[in-house]
Amino acid sequence: MNKIFEIPLYPYTRSPDQDAQTPARRKVVIVGAGPVGLAAAIDLARQGVEAIVLDDNDKVSFGSRAICFAKRTLEITDRLGCGQEMVDKGVIWNLGKVFFGDRKVYEFNLLPEEGHQRPAFINLQQYYFEEYLVKRAREVEAEGAPIELRGQNKVLQVTDRGDHTELLIDTPEGQYTLEADWLIACDGAGSPIRSMMGLDFVGRVFEDNFLIADVVMDADFPTERWFWFDPPFNKGQSALLHKQPDGVWRIDLQLGWDIDKEEEKKPENIVPRLKAMLGEDVQFDLEWVSIYTFQCRRMEKFRHGRVIFAGDSAHQVSPFGARGANSGLQDSDNLVWKLKMVIDGTAPDTLLDSYDTERIHGADENILNSSRSTDFITPKSETSRIFRDAVLDLSEKYEFARPLVNSGRLSMPCAYDGSPLNTPDALPDGPARTRPGAPCPDAPLGNRFLLDDLGDRFTLLTLDAEAPDTFEESGIAVTRRALSVADDPTGALTARYLGGAPAAVYLIRPDQHVAARWPAFDETAVRAAIRRATGQE
Amino acid sequence: MADLILKPNLDRADDVYADLLAAHEGLSKAESDALNARLILILANHIGERTVLQQALDAARAAAPE
Repeated sequence: MNKIFEIPLYPYTRSPDQDAQTPARRKVVIVGAGPVGLAAAIDLARQGVEAIVLDDNDKVSFGSRAICFAKRTLEITDRLGCGQEMVDKGVIWNLGKVFFGDRKVYEFNLLPEEGHQRPAFINLQQYYFEEYLVKRAREVEAEGAPIELRGQNKVLQVTDRGDHTELLIDTPEGQYTLEADWLIACDGAGSPIRSMMGLDFVGRVFEDNFLIADVVMDADFPTERWFWFDPPFNKGQSALLHKQPDGVWRIDLQLGWDIDKEEEKKPENIVPRLKAMLGEDVQFDLEWVSIYTFQCRRMEKFRHGRVIFAGDSAHQVSPFGARGANSGLQDSDNLVWKLKMVIDGTAPDTLLDSYDTERIHGADENILNSSRSTDFITPKSETSRIFRDAVLDLSEKYEFARPLVNSGRLSMPCAYDGSPLNTPDALPDGPARTRPGAPCPDAPLGNRFLLDDLGDRFTLLTLDAEAPDTFEESGIAVTRRALSVADDPTGALTARYLGGAPAAVYLIRPDQHVAARWPAFDETAVRAAIRRATGQE
Repeated sequence: MADLILKPNLDRADDVYADLLAAHEGLSKAESDALNARLILILANHIGERTVLQQALDAARAAAPE
């Protein structure tokens, strides 16, 4: 009993709601204490919105599961107040190597752009990610934020009551009924809430099995991502080796479709496979073993009245590209400010429909990328394999073929192009990366970073432009963040936000996405953009 | 944007055709398939325009026997 994932972190305790004469009514109930549910709860509660998290378990994720967390996710956890812990514990990596058969054909450097507070990626076991979120939830709870984690609370039934949802919940001490103004289902790919509501979850099944083995070893493999196509130790299949904290290594071996899962999971079958890969002399212990298959699919709609799906319950992708947990965090980032405004009455209920539009756009992008990676990694026809092998053979000799090698296109934050919340771009000379809909890229400002000052509220970012310091439109307060190119020691701010323009005014959403931008402050235009970004026109 | 050329465009067509056959001489079916795939990828990169390649794919499909 020494692994963090074996310790109950939010053990069952009796809630007064279980003894209520009439069912208690709560503002937001979140089902599932995984990365997405915890992030949503912390984000809501720290902004004063009551959030009750129910989970049928009482521990963090068993085994490492998601291990690759992207910069955007770290920026979101910074806003929640626990990004630093993630980065301190995580393993930062930049170099990837690609092997084909017994030879290295290509290597790539993520070459992270300078001038960001956070690295492009860290590797961190999901159980640590969740542990830090649980700790953060406890901190905001101690500060008085309305958050509660209820372990061993299993939802048995959901009933739509129009203006709320009724939940029947089972606990070690029997059942109780709870009412939720809003329900967020973060209960994973197999979402019981989705099944109880009889909702669709369609997509493409990939007929393949993968073995995950997390091994603990003192090996001098470098901190790099190694990917093998058709290696000698796993003929005709693929393999991945990636480092996690605490000397834990993620090994991912493709097994094919017609296998006996129980047989393959036995140590006497796993250990020889790993020895063939790592070398006979390497000493290692197995921490966690799992065999998984996957699908690429999503729900047709993520919002169903007062029930909203986020993370794997709404969409599922292959693991290649680290697009599962990372996209789930973007879901909660997108949802929370909208839900808060609707609950506070500062935006109409229809603002939540933009969660559907924007995050379905994100999910489709992730499904497309992840399906293409899977088609490359596990070719499903003879011709597909011939092309795949041709790309790999060419990549060893010719640079042009390297961008075609697809061992996973790593998660990038989604720009909400075409979102109804965007105001058409009025800064034609501005950089494309900060167009309306895009997530704000970070930039160093001497002793701090730009993103430290954005988020949680609407911000008017002015670059060498005049504007009022505070501003209100339709009950929505906007705060100005005034910057000048004189505050730009590295030139990153200018390159990322001005481009060819001499000055700019940006309207930035609470989730750090650009809503609108102009060459100068124009009160009528800014007011219209705020209304538009909050679903009021 | 260039259009796919479907008019004769090879200076010495018979020589080019002979070069193609010569490249495959002595290869097994699998080796030939692999060579063709590498060749397609090299030529696709040389052409560099997705719209032209899409026209080429359409033209190739259209010429399949009934």
